[in-house]
Amino acid sequence: MWKLANPTIFLALTRRVLPWLALATAGLFVVGLWMSFAAPPDYQQGDTVKIMYIHVPAAWLSTFIYGVMSLASLGTLVWRHPLADAAQKAAAPLGAGFTFICLVTGSLWGKPMWGTYWVWDARLTSVLVLFILYLGLIALWRSIDDPGSAARAAAILTLVGAVDLPIIKFSVEWWNTLHQPASVFRMDGPTIAPELLWPLLVMAIAFTTLFLTLHLMAIRNEILRRRVARLTMIAAAEGDALGPRLTPRVAQS
Amino acid sequence: MTQTPHLGFIVAAYGLAALTILAMVVAIFLDYRELRAKLRALEGAATGAAEGMET
Repeated sequence: MWKLANPTIFLALTRRVLPWLALATAGLFVVGLWMSFAAPPDYQQGDTVKIMYIHVPAAWLSTFIYGVMSLASLGTLVWRHPLADAAQKAAAPLGAGFTFICLVTGSLWGKPMWGTYWVWDARLTSVLVLFILYLGLIALWRSIDDPGSAARAAAILTLVGAVDLPIIKFSVEWWNTLHQPASVFRMDGPTIAPELLWPLLVMAIAFTTLFLTLHLMAIRNEILRRRVARLTMIAAAEGDALGPRLTPRVAQS
Repeated sequence: MTQTPHLGFIVAAYGLAALTILAMVVAIFLDYRELRAKLRALEGAATGAAEGMET
């Protein structure tokens, strides 16, 4: 694990792993989508249950990604892991994207099933807070020039915001919500029929491998961004000695 | 499936999810391409400068 902290080793690993991960993601999506559309309609929801095959995996990912960011924040603050802040920064836009999918698809499911696109119940509101947290973290990264200071500030905000994760999870038990309680991860087992559960699980794995693929790609971008910044600083420092040849090209970046 | 009264909601949900995922993939890919181009330019300039200093 610590060996991966070396950006060169990490880049070499992503070069080897990414094509296979992308291929696995594409394959899982083909199988998952086929299973989703071949699955029978729900006895109450009818075919609208098909929205669940994208809504539920996106909802799982929205909290999972924040969990990954919280661990990365610990890596930044406690262990000063060289790739921890890159992993945290790279995950925030992906978390925002999947939370957006969760909110939009939930809303599009809610209108025909509940009769409304939105209610301010505890589950929906706490997920909206999570979405705002992601946007806030992206804004924070962009508003502080020094990467070290930005990483520490973002790590602290991420850990403070992590209090939202148990609220999201237990909101359906702590408060009287319109959103239904958990039906897959339960102590007494899933309450969903296997014909509907299997497509959901395959889609969840497909979404997770998609996140892993995009996250690795985004971390790779962060490493390259640091190299660009470092070379730009070296070029700027040596600008006088090297003459005007460097500066115009650097200025464009 | 085609007889479902809520087909529009299902299509909209899948369409918006696909568009969001596509936007994330394209954004990361374009960012990568831009960074690689900047890195090549900087490394090329640095190599050129080093060669210039040697001669």
